[in-house]
Amino acid sequence: MSRTAILRFAVIVGGIAVLEALCLAGVIDKITMQPPHLIVRDLWRLLVSGRMNAAIVKTLANTLLALGLAVGAGLIVAALLHRRRAVRDTLDPLFATYYAVPVFAFYPFFIVVFGLGDLPQILIAFMLAVVAVIVNTLNGLDRVPPVLLKTARVMRLAPAAAAWRLTLPAAGPHIVTGVKLAVAYAFIGIIGSEFILSRGGIGYEISFAYNNFDNATMYPLIVLILLASIAINSMLTRWERTLLARRGIR
Amino acid sequence: MSGAGSAQRARNGVILVVALLAAWQVVYWLIGSDALASPMETARYTLTLVRRDDFPLHVYDTMRAFAIAFAVSVVMGLAIGFWLGYNRLSGDVFEPMFVTIYAIPKLTLYPILLLAFGLGLSAKVGFGVLHGVIPIVLFTASAVRNTRPILIKTGRVMKLSGMQTVRWILFPSAIPEIFTGLRVGFSLTLIGCLLAEMFASQRGLGYLLMTGIGLHNLPQVMAVTMLIVVFAAAVSVALLALDRRLHRQREVAVLT
Repeated sequence: MSRTAILRFAVIVGGIAVLEALCLAGVIDKITMQPPHLIVRDLWRLLVSGRMNAAIVKTLANTLLALGLAVGAGLIVAALLHRRRAVRDTLDPLFATYYAVPVFAFYPFFIVVFGLGDLPQILIAFMLAVVAVIVNTLNGLDRVPPVLLKTARVMRLAPAAAAWRLTLPAAGPHIVTGVKLAVAYAFIGIIGSEFILSRGGIGYEISFAYNNFDNATMYPLIVLILLASIAINSMLTRWERTLLARRGIR
Repeated sequence: MSGAGSAQRARNGVILVVALLAAWQVVYWLIGSDALASPMETARYTLTLVRRDDFPLHVYDTMRAFAIAFAVSVVMGLAIGFWLGYNRLSGDVFEPMFVTIYAIPKLTLYPILLLAFGLGLSAKVGFGVLHGVIPIVLFTASAVRNTRPILIKTGRVMKLSGMQTVRWILFPSAIPEIFTGLRVGFSLTLIGCLLAEMFASQRGLGYLLMTGIGLHNLPQVMAVTMLIVVFAAAVSVALLALDRRLHRQREVAVLT
């Protein structure tokens, strides 16, 4: 481990130790927060009991569905936009300001229109994720070296074969960046909307536990979500970095 | 970037807005009036909503939380950002942590803030800061770290003190990047405050949205959504234009 990694680890452990000490000393009272070691114990019990399995499966399934839709639609839209300069220029202001607009503000509207089911949540997650895929794929397509496309023409590759063998690998690292963001956004979209108003899922369980002052359920679930999203994100970041390094971009 | 001029960009924006409104109207014709309010109806309802007595109170509540949260984000973000950018070791240790926090679903942390601060202004402000401070930290730190070494050397030759170096060298050279951070931080702080209101609050625009669902008042939901979106988009477009101008000026200044 490098020196910075050791230091970072020490900072995190130190932070948790301070929290533990404050909780045990009673500076942070029991109603506000439980000491970290109890959170870990409760999390273990919660996972072993299987009480949350249905919620976890529901959240993961919805996230995967929204992610799949966003990546699929994002790639197709980006490929189409890449050929239509005028349409792309017109949509440019939309992409530039998209993430400044609170997409969650549309959630109540979707609930009113589609009812309080999974569909509004998936739509929110999809809306959050798809633009990241589109923007990064366009960015990747812009950077495909023209010489590759000329080679494809010289070799008389069919358009589909050229797309599969040349364009996709060449734009790959940028697409992975888009997918990484899409994973984070899909997760945020699903959990966030479950949290605001829903009838199931981990986000719902957290807000339910909050409303019942059930800290023994709430804190373990929050920690579970944080750990899951940090783990997924760092895995994708590592993959992205190896791809970029192989390409010699970074 | 397409490299389009500002006139062309404005034209694209107008086309886009018209196209979105047209799409809305077409969807309205397709789905029908019980599922959706038309653009005209929404506009009309917005007018009645704005004239309602309690409306200014809700706007004031959201905007007050937002203004405080953004001010705190800026001060904290600049302080942490300068520190992480100037001190290489702290930057290496802490920056990845900020990047990680950026990507987690922060909404799940809101109950903790509520338990710590209680339901009200401070929890809302805290949540806005949690969203807004990170981009300001990251952009400021990277800008300060990438200050051209010759500027810092010049400062040393002139025997500037630490504060003077920040005031006369690091800050001016980092302004365009910092502004980008402020622009992103502005949007995220607003999103944070609204999300906080949507989950739990007694007043504010987010509260209006959620009561709209409870009352099944579709025009109210659509009108408030529209107001929020239009406000966020308009401010973001203005800040983006300023941002581009600052970056262009800096390029010109470096070249000459």
